Amino acid sequence: MIALIDYKAGNLTSVRKAFAAIGAELYDPASPGDLERATAIVVPGVGHFGATAALDRGWAEAIRGRVALGRPLLGICLGLQWLFAGSEEAPDCPGLGVLAGTCYRLKGSAQGAHDAIKIPHVGWNNLAIAHDAPIVAGVATGSQVYFTHSFVAPVTADTVAVTEHGEPFAAIVQRDRVAGVQFHPEKSGEVGLQILRNFAHAI
Amino acid sequence: MLSKRIIACLDVRNGQVVKGVNFEGLRSAGDPAELARRYNRDGIDELVILDITATIEERRALADTIRAVARELFIPLAVGGGIRTESDAAAAVEAGADKVSLNTAALREPALITTLARRYGSQAVLVAIDAKRAGGGTSGPGTRGFSVYARSGQSEAGRDAVEWAREAEDRGAGEILLTSIDRDGTKIGFDCPMTAAVSQAVSIPVIASGGAGSLGDFVDVFTTGRADAALAASIFHYAETSVRSLKQHLQQRGIPVRL
Repeated sequence: MIALIDYKAGNLTSVRKAFAAIGAELYDPASPGDLERATAIVVPGVGHFGATAALDRGWAEAIRGRVALGRPLLGICLGLQWLFAGSEEAPDCPGLGVLAGTCYRLKGSAQGAHDAIKIPHVGWNNLAIAHDAPIVAGVATGSQVYFTHSFVAPVTADTVAVTEHGEPFAAIVQRDRVAGVQFHPEKSGEVGLQILRNFAHAI
Repeated sequence: MLSKRIIACLDVRNGQVVKGVNFEGLRSAGDPAELARRYNRDGIDELVILDITATIEERRALADTIRAVARELFIPLAVGGGIRTESDAAAAVEAGADKVSLNTAALREPALITTLARRYGSQAVLVAIDAKRAGGGTSGPGTRGFSVYARSGQSEAGRDAVEWAREAEDRGAGEILLTSIDRDGTKIGFDCPMTAAVSQAVSIPVIASGGAGSLGDFVDVFTTGRADAALAASIFHYAETSVRSLKQHLQQRGIPVRL
């Protein structure tokens, strides 16, 4: 069973529905200790990086412990950013730190400019696969997925897919059995479901 | 590159899609879930369910409709129409809506935008603005601005669309759904000057609505109108234009779309 951590950063109805659609069973861990039975862990989340402070009380340590034992971990949107050292959005709030780098705000362009790059980045955008990894099995460069965010993770050696919105950023990351997606796979049609299947079955 | 979104709107009353629907091959033309599946197969980027139910009794069907539509749909789903309170919004979100659309309630109680943005995130809060050109006329420069209307276009709110859109953004709205009352149902094209005026005034995406009649209208609203997304209802319901052929047309004209 896959543990879905609900730390009250957004509604999880759609995430639950998407995992149900691919035949993966989820449970709501009541406490960090409840992660012991997790075959895998999903950290979702939307909104301000400061919301991840709710994961400090025991969760981060328990998740790190399960990752060290080889349990797969998937961060979605804010959950991806939390995999990194931290974010400029909430400098006092540390991330899990299993991936190197600090998240930052997309620059965008001046308001009202022609072909303005608006922030937040909302809508469907392309994935450019940077290198093969289990999380992107069956996902081609040019596939589109649904984003809604203002902050991003830097492109590093762990970046599996890159998206451009005025500048390139990490759309999908994977290092060993830790993966993350900046977009919403539960809202990204068949491509999103394929990525969730890859996480549930292949990683 | 970020795609321009094509959004289909389902006007729902008592669990059934209204505004004539005459797709071939649908078992029940008015079934929102079946129509949603059809649009999804055809490549729609997002769906809006607009509840136009008249009575409280009929309104209870809305959650069932949202649940039925959301069940197999893995694209964003927004719900609007009659969302007056935080608990109305919560019921829609719990049933499976990714975004709630506030219109009259936001004008009456702007703090509701902030309350919902804090609870669900700005990405979940869409502020719908129904506006028409002040001083009459359905085209031209609109020198007197764009007057906002509440209660489905029935009463003037005493606000200007550009100024109200800015305030909605400041209060935490994630997107603006801008409908031209002048153009709604006319099929003579979107109000591009009004859309551009709002789109340039805010950083959040602006969804243009009202007036779609031809493929060229969508090209215009994405270029001169500077819209981030365009919404239509009857042009898709009547299968006058398939979503796929619209997107192919846009792509041929250099407008980025999801195909």
